Amino acid sequence: MAGLAAIFGSGAMTNSLREIEGMEVIFIIGSNTKETHPVIANRMIRAFRKGAKIIVADPRKIPMVKFSELFLRMRPGTDIALLNGMAHVIVRDGLQNDEFIADKTEGYEAWKKSLETYTPEYAETITGIPKDDIVSAARLYGGSRRAGIFYTMGITQHACGTDNVRAIANLATLTGNIGREFTGVNPLRGQNNVQGASDAACLPNVYPGYQKVDLPEVREKFEKAWGTALSPKAGLTATEMMNAAVEGKIKAMYIMGENPILTDPNMHHTVKALENIDFVVVQDIFLTETARYADVVLPAACAAEKDGTFSNTERRVQRVRKAVEPPGESRDDLSVILELAGRIGYDMNFTTPAEVLAEFGRVWPALAGIDYHRIAQRGLQWPCPTREHPGTEYLYKDGFPKGKVPFTPVSYIPAAEVPNAEFPFVLTTGRNLFQYHSGTMTRKVVPIEEHAGTPYVEISRADADRLKIKHDEMVKIRSRRGQIEVRARVTSRVSEGIIFIPMHYHEAAANMLTNDVLDPVVKIPEYKVCAVAIESV
Amino acid sequence: MVTLKINNIEAVVPEGTTVLEAARKAGIYIPALCQHPKLTPFGGCRLCLVEIKGMPRPVTSCTTPAAEGMEVATTSPVIERLRRTVLELILSDHPNDCMVCEQAGSCTLQELAYEYGIRENRFEGERRKYARKDGNPFIERDLEKCIMCGRCVKICDEVQGVEAIEFGYRGFDAKICTPFEEDLDCEFCGQCVSVCPTGALTGKLWSKKGRQLGVREVDSTCPYCGTGCMLTYHVKDNEIVRVTSKEDGLNEGLLCVKGRFAYKYVNSPDRLRKPLIKKDGVFVETSWDDALDLIADKLKEVKAEHGPDAIAGLSSARCTNEENYAFQKFIRAAIGTNNVDHCARL
Repeated sequence: MAGLAAIFGSGAMTNSLREIEGMEVIFIIGSNTKETHPVIANRMIRAFRKGAKIIVADPRKIPMVKFSELFLRMRPGTDIALLNGMAHVIVRDGLQNDEFIADKTEGYEAWKKSLETYTPEYAETITGIPKDDIVSAARLYGGSRRAGIFYTMGITQHACGTDNVRAIANLATLTGNIGREFTGVNPLRGQNNVQGASDAACLPNVYPGYQKVDLPEVREKFEKAWGTALSPKAGLTATEMMNAAVEGKIKAMYIMGENPILTDPNMHHTVKALENIDFVVVQDIFLTETARYADVVLPAACAAEKDGTFSNTERRVQRVRKAVEPPGESRDDLSVILELAGRIGYDMNFTTPAEVLAEFGRVWPALAGIDYHRIAQRGLQWPCPTREHPGTEYLYKDGFPKGKVPFTPVSYIPAAEVPNAEFPFVLTTGRNLFQYHSGTMTRKVVPIEEHAGTPYVEISRADADRLKIKHDEMVKIRSRRGQIEVRARVTSRVSEGIIFIPMHYHEAAANMLTNDVLDPVVKIPEYKVCAVAIESV
Repeated sequence: MVTLKINNIEAVVPEGTTVLEAARKAGIYIPALCQHPKLTPFGGCRLCLVEIKGMPRPVTSCTTPAAEGMEVATTSPVIERLRRTVLELILSDHPNDCMVCEQAGSCTLQELAYEYGIRENRFEGERRKYARKDGNPFIERDLEKCIMCGRCVKICDEVQGVEAIEFGYRGFDAKICTPFEEDLDCEFCGQCVSVCPTGALTGKLWSKKGRQLGVREVDSTCPYCGTGCMLTYHVKDNEIVRVTSKEDGLNEGLLCVKGRFAYKYVNSPDRLRKPLIKKDGVFVETSWDDALDLIADKLKEVKAEHGPDAIAGLSSARCTNEENYAFQKFIRAAIGTNNVDHCARL
């Protein structure tokens, strides 16, 4: 998201979900929308019924392929070659939006030069997608002025994730497919309130509303608002915290509602980090894998047991309401934090969640117009600066906050780990329809477990035959970092040489295998590509 | 735009609007079982029959486009008699077990029988007998209650794009089938359950948990992915007994398997109930007071000894905006470090 924010000014989805239905072309890259955002896929299918053309670019034959005009089956980690190849064709065929480029962008000529080598032929050799399909995709996307791009972790979870996002932004900028209704760049947020947690600045480099901690005037504003001195130094990201912990630099850690043991790459490393921290507090609804490493565990209320708001992927702030009482002595997270802050000697003076949202709106104007009363029936999309403002459906209607949108040359770099003789397969990880993230919630649901409770690895028929692996048979998967045993699911979803493991299952944790190499800018781990070996058990 | 008269009330609607939609827009009620705003018209149930001036016999309003100057009557003794007969025919082959049916109270068929006061039935005859043998853990399919309206088939195809079910067989033997009549194996979004006008499709989890009496409805936002579907918790005795979604939310009543059926984590017996402190490698229950004092003391101690940057906080995309705001403020203002992050990247 930081990658997108640096280009357009904000890290959020530029369109709203409603607008999907008005799009002519929907370009889905690195998003298994039908399984990870099923109801957004419903919108896309409705657009498809109305005549929209859907392009799917993915290493796997994911369910949305059924509705696609074009399926670009790419090798994992080759997104930049595809996106640059498409841009090359758009420029070559004169489909670019000259007016938009002249008025709203900068750096076009230099960037255009950087595309010269990305001929469809070259892109084919990297991506494995037939060159004619790359040309067709470019013409389809470039030929429309109502085209939307949708992506998720398939784009960002790479060592080159930021460059992948830049390549997407370049494509939208080249065609002017941004800043209007029915066209834009749309990162679909994976978790219910990842947008809100980012807006609220559970991020090490910004205060609420993406206001940089290292700008003195911003810091002064927050020091005044919060009545205390604040650190001028940007903090550590989650993955950096774990590294610092291994080095002994972190002495205490407070984990609220996270399960890094399962969700962070290279599990051994995470375990070592937590064991190395003197004092760990975990506040959660279950005794998670991470909670087992805690010194104190606090029982928390879940989403159905508290009042508040979530912000969805289209920046819509919506009400969460208490439906049932939390079990036993468990308490909602907010009251615990307020109580603890008081005991440390910093009184936050909030009595209700509504008061917290009000302060959030005072320090970040985009939320100033939103209160519980206004969103009682239906949520509002930020920016919503005043009580009269109807909310903002799509971003950049009146131009870009930074003035001009930069074109950023990016070049294809192979993944940090490529297959070799010892580890001949590419492992890519992701999610399935039934489970959710580390499974803390869904794995406690009996019907979900009955139906989708067994971990598996997707492997192609050709590879299975060659290795004499049968469907449903246990196999051992090894990487440089660890190994797991898991059932083989022989399927046409993956191509030869590529295997897929869903991340949800602690008993066969994909992140025992994944590579903890990070994107240098936004520090996302490369979950989508690592090299592994497979053998029968 | 076309102008027509429905029950002598003038209605102006865009071209392509059906007579049924035009009537609904004008606030005029026409009963229907197979028609649904999300689905293409079917004309199967024959309840939405209306009389249109100049047409020799009643027509189904759900499949008739509104036309300029049309004069429509949505009710008349003839129409009502036809509707009553249609209902009696449907009910003649429908188990009369509303007493124990999950859908009682939210069943369109039951409501129509009530409206038309149908207690006895002129059409006694053979009834379909089907064994319930579906092995899936989410959706209960009681084919004896199915009225063959086809809403489930259509929503599965048109809206969900899955095509897990179809009409099978002919005439009296016709029923909704999965491929080769195997157990249902689909995305289990439950869209079919949400549009079923009878108790033929219900959630297996709902069974005997409560219908309306003593059940509260609470509108909230789904706790799973970032789409932010609006949902309604049905709550009885401090337990969520059902999840539904209203048509007026951004998701227009659609949900996925997680939103609709994965709510039981809430009252899982594995939930944490008391604060725990680890003593000699084992967790022991403690009071909130002791737990919070220990945390406050430890954090103050680490801060004094190693500085605030030796403390780090991980917040959660699970938690609310308010909790996240308060958490980062706690780390920044109370502790004094910017070491705060969440799992956006993971």
